[in-house]
Amino acid sequence: MRWRSRRIGVLVGGAFLALFIVVPFIGAHVPWVLPGTLDVVNSTGTLEVLALCFMFAGVAVGYDMMFGYTGLMSLGPVLFFATGTYVFDIALTRWEWALWPALLLTFGVSLALAVVLGAVALRVHGIAFAMVTLAFAQAFYFLVESNPHNLTAGDTGLSLSYTRLPSFLSGAVSNTRNLYWIALAFLVIAYAIVWLVTESVTGHVFVAIRENERRLEVLGVRPFRFKMVSFVVSSLIATGGGIVYILVIGTAVPSVVASTTVTLSILIMVVLGGAGTRWGAVVGAMVYIYLQQYLDKVGAEPSFTRLPAVLRVPLSEPQFLLGAIFVLFVLFAPGGIASLVVRHRSRRTLGAPALSSLIRKV
Amino acid sequence: MNIFLVLTFSGVALGAIYFLAASGLSLIYGLMDVLNFAHGLFMTLGAYAGYEVATRLPSSLGAPTLIILAIIGATLGGGLAAGITELILIRPLYGKPISQILITIGLDLAVVGLLMGGFGSTALQIPVPLWLIEPTHIGGLYLPNANFLAIGGGAVVLAGLEWFLSRTRYGIIIRAGVENREMVRALGIDVGRAFTLVFVIGGAMAGLAGMLYSIVFSGDLVSPSQGDSLLIFAFIVVVIGGLGSIRGSAVAALVVGLLQEYTSFYIGGHSGWAQIGDLSTVLLLAVVLEIRPRGLFGRVA
Repeated sequence: MRWRSRRIGVLVGGAFLALFIVVPFIGAHVPWVLPGTLDVVNSTGTLEVLALCFMFAGVAVGYDMMFGYTGLMSLGPVLFFATGTYVFDIALTRWEWALWPALLLTFGVSLALAVVLGAVALRVHGIAFAMVTLAFAQAFYFLVESNPHNLTAGDTGLSLSYTRLPSFLSGAVSNTRNLYWIALAFLVIAYAIVWLVTESVTGHVFVAIRENERRLEVLGVRPFRFKMVSFVVSSLIATGGGIVYILVIGTAVPSVVASTTVTLSILIMVVLGGAGTRWGAVVGAMVYIYLQQYLDKVGAEPSFTRLPAVLRVPLSEPQFLLGAIFVLFVLFAPGGIASLVVRHRSRRTLGAPALSSLIRKV
Repeated sequence: MNIFLVLTFSGVALGAIYFLAASGLSLIYGLMDVLNFAHGLFMTLGAYAGYEVATRLPSSLGAPTLIILAIIGATLGGGLAAGITELILIRPLYGKPISQILITIGLDLAVVGLLMGGFGSTALQIPVPLWLIEPTHIGGLYLPNANFLAIGGGAVVLAGLEWFLSRTRYGIIIRAGVENREMVRALGIDVGRAFTLVFVIGGAMAGLAGMLYSIVFSGDLVSPSQGDSLLIFAFIVVVIGGLGSIRGSAVAALVVGLLQEYTSFYIGGHSGWAQIGDLSTVLLLAVVLEIRPRGLFGRVA
């Protein structure tokens, strides 16, 4: 039973992957599904939105490994996302480094930060862990905003200089395709890493930590090392997402890439899709970003502005609608979209039991 | 020296506001294990309720009366919002702390979005009487009158809360519940009602904090996201003070408020150090956690 449904999952995932790989070659015109000026499938705008979807999906899968599988509710993923964005941006723009050294530096800084912060934050458990990671992320935000040594440009935002990048990555519109594929490749790599880790012995220990940390200690396993691995790998994936973000969007602004809002969005994507399911996080991220972009465009349409204020005001605020949808999911479908699609499956891998056991904890 | 005293005075005022915001959070967490992300929302809603009262009522009442009514309105608004939240959203999820956190995050996003749609994302101006803007001249110092308001508000609430928690039946139930919820329940006492009460009290203090923050530190402006930025500092105060402890919150709020004022004046003036005041609070948190992971007054975890 389980193997058959897994094979279906692989087929569906593979079909979607194949479709998304060829999307830049499809010039079809799809009204309704894509809003406003985005209704041509391979237009620059559409490809950019999809690239953003893939990027966040990759980050969300990484977060799912830490939150959904290991049960660590970090409120600091934005710190590592913003590290990716800013260190990479600064290395290329301010110091004019080449691509590969810049990548190496970015992941090196992120690794060092993850190990140090993980060592401090993992000393505390549960809610205190959430608050400490939140405070660290906020400290990073203050730091970036204060523009130390004129490195980050503060609230003005730091635009990426493309001069040191290979020509196929430069900011030209014709390269949006390449950036789109890079974002898709990032998602595939992030998913593969999370797949390998969660299916390994280490991943089984993650789930055991989530279920009952005390029991593991009694069995003689030190949970700290495993929690550290989960935290660090998830953080490095978030950093990769930050790098893809700056390549696709081209500008880093503190309030957009470093604020708590990013953390909450990632958390919402994972819960919306179904925590502890991997593919749920991908679906959750795609749905979240798509809705955000779609609702934003729809709210500005002329037919919409004629509605009475009672309807128009709430319906034209994507943040309100996304928040409300999320509240409804938490109340009525805590296992997320995954639990609506697949109802009866093995207990270990599925969203609803995973989240309910998360909920039973503490 | 004079500058130091003025900084101390405004640091205490800031601490008073942090105390109002943090003690409710701490009580809610101590009693119910809920990390209430909507607490920032209650602060924002309080400030908007105050704004509505101050601008809708006829100005013939006079500015001083209006601002007092606005502050009362903010307190009631915050308490009402918190009570409704507890009854409709938190209550169905008892025993599921993670879902409760998630639902307060969703609520915060949704209602802040609604406020942006309804009031616009730009800040609005609360009309205040002139004496709130002027300073008082005491012994060679010019002390802003608004700071007196914040310190007075904080002191009154601290005294009231101490009295309520030590002298009244419900206060004692709440304290016992923070100490050991299962034991209180085993004694046949309805803890559910205490949950709602704690939310209402916490929300009312948050509403008051939001309004006072607008008047004292933000140039009489209210904006949809003001509560969310205050919330971070409230979290820091709660963890430093020790989860569940009112006295811990009060001490930690004072320390954090003073530290922030001192560092942002003495160090923040140098270029590139503008955010040091905010940053120093996080550093303090890291130091406290390293030395004493359960906070200053926290119970043993």
